[in-house]
Amino acid sequence: MSASLDKGVAVLKEMIDAPIASYFESCVHCGLCAEACLFYTETGDPKYTPIHKLEPLRRIYEQEYTLLGRLAKLVGLSKPVTDDELEAWKELVYNSCTLCARCSLVCPVGNDIVYMVRKFREGMAVSGHAPDGLIGAVTRTIEIGSPMGVKLPAVQAQMKHVQDETGIEIPMDKEGAEYMVMLSSMEIMNFPEYLGAIAKIMKQAGKTWTLCSTAFEATNAGIQIGVSDLAKVIVNRIVEGAERLKVKTVISPECGHAYTALRWDGANLIGRPYTFKVLHILEVLDEFRSQGLLKTEGFETTRMTFHDPCQLGRRGGVVEQPRNLMNMVTKDFVEMDDPGKYNWCCGGGGGVSANEEAEELRLEVFKIKKRQLENVGAKTMVTACANCRIVLEEGLEHYQMDIPVVGLTELIAEHLAPDK
Amino acid sequence: MNEVELLNWVRGPGLNIAIGIFLLGTIWRLFEIYSLGRKKDLSAPRHTAGASGWNTIARRSLAPPGMLKRSPISYIGGYVFHVGLAIVVFLFAPHIELIENLFGLSWPALPSQVVDLATVVTLAAMVLVLVDRINKPVKRYLSTVEDYFTWAVTFLPVLTGYMAVKHLLLPYTTMLALHILSVEILLVVLPFTKLFHVFTLFMSRWYNGQANAHKGVPV
Ligand code: SF4
Ligand code: SF4
Repeated sequence: MSASLDKGVAVLKEMIDAPIASYFESCVHCGLCAEACLFYTETGDPKYTPIHKLEPLRRIYEQEYTLLGRLAKLVGLSKPVTDDELEAWKELVYNSCTLCARCSLVCPVGNDIVYMVRKFREGMAVSGHAPDGLIGAVTRTIEIGSPMGVKLPAVQAQMKHVQDETGIEIPMDKEGAEYMVMLSSMEIMNFPEYLGAIAKIMKQAGKTWTLCSTAFEATNAGIQIGVSDLAKVIVNRIVEGAERLKVKTVISPECGHAYTALRWDGANLIGRPYTFKVLHILEVLDEFRSQGLLKTEGFETTRMTFHDPCQLGRRGGVVEQPRNLMNMVTKDFVEMDDPGKYNWCCGGGGGVSANEEAEELRLEVFKIKKRQLENVGAKTMVTACANCRIVLEEGLEHYQMDIPVVGLTELIAEHLAPDK
Repeated sequence: MNEVELLNWVRGPGLNIAIGIFLLGTIWRLFEIYSLGRKKDLSAPRHTAGASGWNTIARRSLAPPGMLKRSPISYIGGYVFHVGLAIVVFLFAPHIELIENLFGLSWPALPSQVVDLATVVTLAAMVLVLVDRINKPVKRYLSTVEDYFTWAVTFLPVLTGYMAVKHLLLPYTTMLALHILSVEILLVVLPFTKLFHVFTLFMSRWYNGQANAHKGVPV
């Protein structure tokens, strides 16, 4: 047994709690979870059955925590988990799982399978079986500040650009502001419109807000890869920034995993509740809408549909808000099949989009989105996650579908009523 | 040992041993699993109507949207054989009598013709889900010896019970003895195989429902 394998197994032993034990004990091998997972439905390959992705973890559970399993291990009936086996499982745990959690919604005995995949990744990463692409993303976030290597000067350049374009001042490190706005590198690099949209919306709502020079990046690849220690370092930056600036609310950007990391995992990583609130930008916009602080004019007339980012809808509980906002600015809003919490993943979540080894498979499973889109005949796709957006764009391009993908926040900003 | 001795053994010591192993095994297994505990979630909860552990315990008994169409045999076969088993085990007059003798509890039985029908339907549904397990690539891929073994130990009590009542193949006494024996085997293996899901599934649903309810998602 190698030292890293030892460590990995030790981590996994620690990860196993009563829910995981209960889930493994409950599984009846009905295979229904496969029917919920796009990696199975689009390939037909049974190895992509969600619960099968956890087989090494199940064996460790059995061998370490059950009487019969311990006996079987003692007399050599049950083989210990090996490095080769974990290496073979890398494809299943990382390349073919987006942590979308659709499987957790259908298992008839109630297993929260994604919860287990997430924990399994902790042991995989420690034992050295995480994909290089993800390792790079985490290292860059820790060392430079963002997974794509974006540094503060890039943000400042963008602030200036937006200021020049909109004539609105972009506040940085303003103490006591109500909102602290986070960005994702994707937005800084690829969707500069986001920052401008926020500036306009905040101005219209009359709210104070700020960026934070020590914590502008919300993406947390530590969560995706499964290294809690690193995830904690990243979250801590944001917590320190928010507490230093004494803001009331931190706004998670249009990035699903950033939201999950900040909204749900963060407090558990740092071991205490936050002193501030965390909201996704769509929650903030919907709040403004219901308070009459968000005024729009005009409607899009082309047929549009909304892609629920998994981490926002199914994993985050933000389902109504995007619909309210869509209806504010579109006339022909159509829902794809299985909207809201049952939505099908874009195929690039959970670090899959940062993982080159997974690219071919990702494009193959995109067939599900293609079908969904064709069924409703939407001409524009709206979403609220910069990662989904890139993945959707790539998928659409691959299948030669001429459908633009836009962020909901920008769409709203485009329809803001001018100042009186 | 002749059939009368066998019957006496399975009705006496055999039954006691089986119930003993079943009870102790169940308690041990529940302890083994749930004593592992879990950490408290420190993130601020979101509240949504219909999202809770209890809701999920109930809701997961129904097929989520689109799933029935994707895997009809799993659902229909599954419902029929689970409900069928419940009818046969708990609503057959002689079983109720036995339970009354053992624990002093009793309730009305279904007419024996109805139980007969339920038995046949249950057996048929079980054969159907077995065929499905062998035919469907995913199910076959996931299946281990345990899946076939647990199927058999569940099937045999129903089959032998039916054959005893209908006086098929073997003399009644022998068949009855085999029936009771097969039930005892079922009781003994239940805590140590996937059949244990009869207990754990409620907690699994609850954990899943509760964790997601914390995020405001009714699952
Ligand atoms: S759906 Fe649930 S019970 Fe069925 S195979 Fe998957 S994890 Fe096991
Ligand atoms: S979380 Fe999503 S991608 Fe991962 S196994 Fe479950 S259904 Fe498949």
